Amino acid sequence: MLDSTYQSRERKKAPLTAIEREFILLTQNGLPIVSKPYHLLAEKLNMSVNDVLAMSEDLLERGVIRRIAAVPNHYRAGYTFNGMTVWDVQDDEVKNYGALIGRLPFVSHCYQRPRCLPDWNYNLFAMIHGKNAEQISEYRTQIKELLKDVLQTGKHNTNDMLTSSKILKKTGLRLQAKKE
Amino acid sequence: MDALDKKILNRTQRGIPISEQPFTDIAKELDCTEEQVINKLQNMLEDGLLSRFGPMYDAASLGGAFTLAAMQVPEERFEQVTEIVNAFSQVAHNYKRQHRLNMWFVVACESQQEIQSVIKEIEQKSSLSVYDFPKEEEFYVGLYLPV
Repeated sequence: MLDSTYQSRERKKAPLTAIEREFILLTQNGLPIVSKPYHLLAEKLNMSVNDVLAMSEDLLERGVIRRIAAVPNHYRAGYTFNGMTVWDVQDDEVKNYGALIGRLPFVSHCYQRPRCLPDWNYNLFAMIHGKNAEQISEYRTQIKELLKDVLQTGKHNTNDMLTSSKILKKTGLRLQAKKE
Repeated sequence: MDALDKKILNRTQRGIPISEQPFTDIAKELDCTEEQVINKLQNMLEDGLLSRFGPMYDAASLGGAFTLAAMQVPEERFEQVTEIVNAFSQVAHNYKRQHRLNMWFVVACESQQEIQSVIKEIEQKSSLSVYDFPKEEEFYVGLYLPV
């Protein structure tokens, strides 16, 4: 059923150059929605358009930029339900199956995290989103079906779903202007 | 939203190409004009239907350290502990969740050491334990919400 094995993405952790930082500061609030957005950025950065395009490609390849995209407001798009599903997956299977679960269209974040025994036996976290409670429950069932052969058996529960009942704080993560 | 709005929103959620005129590329794919793509995206952004449009940066690549932390907070102390935790500027997101571990927050710092000291301070100020769940492997971050 696994159509590809999990390959660790070797991300170049090269520190950002000064011009890359400037590019990020200019674009972290958004890309200009104009006919030639990179021309506008090139002017501000005092670079050629080709160099700005090449730098953008490089940041994308290195995983610094995940993608350049529209992000809909969840609530306005009708996606008002979310659940943090957590799973106790056999250690030697968690990477393969994490990659598989991460590819499901309704999963927004998928991570392997350490267990904290005896209080917390789950090592795979997958955040799911839907338009109603039935939908996220159905998504959880789909994940359970995919993981059925690799969940730990024992005295603990093999999975759980934590729904959020309140946002207590939410601030964006931003690169700060360079502190010299 | 009309049919073209929906097509544009669904297409651009998946990522636009890096090119001199990316909206022309999208227009060709969707069989409309560049002007339509630009106007509709601008309107959706102004209207709040889009929360943002542009490069999504991997926070960890920008330098810094992150973890997901959780606490078991007695219901009668929930407000007080929320104040303690939220007072830290390093706490980026904090959610109440329905579970024995009922408070879940993201700590974003300059370094791993700073994360450990924030966690320790929260434990001291609240007299509660903080569970630390740093990511060991990231499989996917992103979301497609078809409209």
